Amino acid sequence: MAVIDMPAPAERAARAAGSPAGARILIGIAVVLTLAFIVVPVVVIFAQAFARGLAPYLASVTERDTLRAVGLTVLVALLAVPVNVAFGLVAAWAITKFEFRGKKFLLTAIELPFSISPIVAGVAYILVYGSNGLLGPFLEANDLRIMFALPGIVLVTIFVTSPFVVRELVPLMQVQGSDQEEVAATLGASGLQIFWRVTLPNIRWALFYGVVLCTARAIGEFGAVSVVSGHVRGETNTLPLQVELLYHDYNAAGAFAAASTLTLIALATLAIRAVIERRLPRTGRVGH
Amino acid sequence: MSTIALDGAQIVRPRRVLPGFGLTMGATLLYLAVIVLLPVTALVLKSAEIGWDGFWRIVTGPRTLAALKLTFGAAFLATLFNAAYGLLMAWVLTRYRFRGREILDALIDLPFALPTAVAGLALTALYANNGWYGSVLEPAGFPVVYTMVGVAIAMAFTSVPFVVRTVQPVLESIQPEIEEASRTLGAYPGTIFRRVIFPIILPSYLTGCALAFARSLGEFGAVIFIAGNLPFKTEIAALLIYIRLEEFDYPAASAIAAILLAAAFVTLLTTNLLQLWQLRYSRKV
Repeated sequence: MAVIDMPAPAERAARAAGSPAGARILIGIAVVLTLAFIVVPVVVIFAQAFARGLAPYLASVTERDTLRAVGLTVLVALLAVPVNVAFGLVAAWAITKFEFRGKKFLLTAIELPFSISPIVAGVAYILVYGSNGLLGPFLEANDLRIMFALPGIVLVTIFVTSPFVVRELVPLMQVQGSDQEEVAATLGASGLQIFWRVTLPNIRWALFYGVVLCTARAIGEFGAVSVVSGHVRGETNTLPLQVELLYHDYNAAGAFAAASTLTLIALATLAIRAVIERRLPRTGRVGH
Repeated sequence: MSTIALDGAQIVRPRRVLPGFGLTMGATLLYLAVIVLLPVTALVLKSAEIGWDGFWRIVTGPRTLAALKLTFGAAFLATLFNAAYGLLMAWVLTRYRFRGREILDALIDLPFALPTAVAGLALTALYANNGWYGSVLEPAGFPVVYTMVGVAIAMAFTSVPFVVRTVQPVLESIQPEIEEASRTLGAYPGTIFRRVIFPIILPSYLTGCALAFARSLGEFGAVIFIAGNLPFKTEIAALLIYIRLEEFDYPAASAIAAILLAAAFVTLLTTNLLQLWQLRYSRKV
């Protein structure tokens, strides 16, 4: 792994970075640390999941409550992700196609959910929709149950995943500019025509990647969902919650089996990223 | 994660050529109001309802204080680790070309891609006294599981990408001429790094550290598995919020949550200021 190729002429910076021996040492430390700190924990999940072979693994994965948790998780992602795709497209259009005051502030507000602890998000939602919350009396009067049920899980998932699509689209659309859209507009295209025929083809990979990230997080969210789910077995437990439940039931094999499924999704996300990065124009990077 | 960068050079157009400003802007603001602003406001209102005295009593209660100390202390340790590891990774990934570099680069994002509960489970299995690492560390006198170090390791794992991903693009954008000039003037590599490169990456480096720290403060899923969650000892603030909530003690839950929320706002403010500093610097260069 640590064999150094001769730096290409375009990468003169690499030459200024020190002696080959020093480089080898630094690369060595980086590789060892990454293996020990990041890779081994992932290996452990599979090692534990398959510790007793394939048959017990399959039995754990197809256990009734685990399958129900998978179903709920997929349902939550299917409801939350499209909302944030729509939001991402609309917000990115407003931000990149027009000039207005307070744009920087708006971007900060959009990214706010990334800075807020999932637990804090869960509490905040309970204080709105819970029985003691701002809208609690209204919801109870109309017999609407949001917290500790599916709507609550979907709502907090929407909250924690809301910045993903926007943050993939905005930088790209900013670099691409609006020239093509403006030409289309002067030629008489309507807003929707411009979006479908001009903008969307240009941003499709960034959009796709945003959707992938958003979906991965929607499937894996734990803290916020844990606060609002109510933990009803086979009913309001998503797959990450099921992992915790199995673990506390001293069913380590089942917990690791369920965890390995989630790990596969994470690894697939990374693979998709690697493929898409080659298709996206490298903003700000010259040559490669 | 870094805030979305704004392109500095934008042409001010006299008129809006493209349609949809009112619609998209209105929808964006409405969405933000309902999804983000409403819950955050509810939390602030609930904490304000307690009053300053009540707030102070909850926050300075021994159990809360212990949880806050542990959370901030472990987050600090985790950030120290990531400050060193992240800088090393950013440097190695941008400055050297070696086989497997792309894979190493991709692995950095693994902690973000992995659900936090899964990370917590894996780290616990690894560092427990019968785990691959724990079976060596614990007899050697370094217990990790159910200690502050364990909490810090879980926090460090989930916030790995922040420092790497904020420093990496800046390191990549440094013109080779700058370093070549210092070299021809006789500077040693160490001096070049300290006097030339480090000042350029400093704002983004601090941004990465601030983001990693903020994420560590709020981390829940990865920590609760490895922490053991003993009150006064290894109970983090996020978990205490959760416990208060289950006890229907909403004032206490809101008060502690308000502290974490305030920490998040301070981080946002800090990173925005750091970004301004960086822009000023890049204009000078």
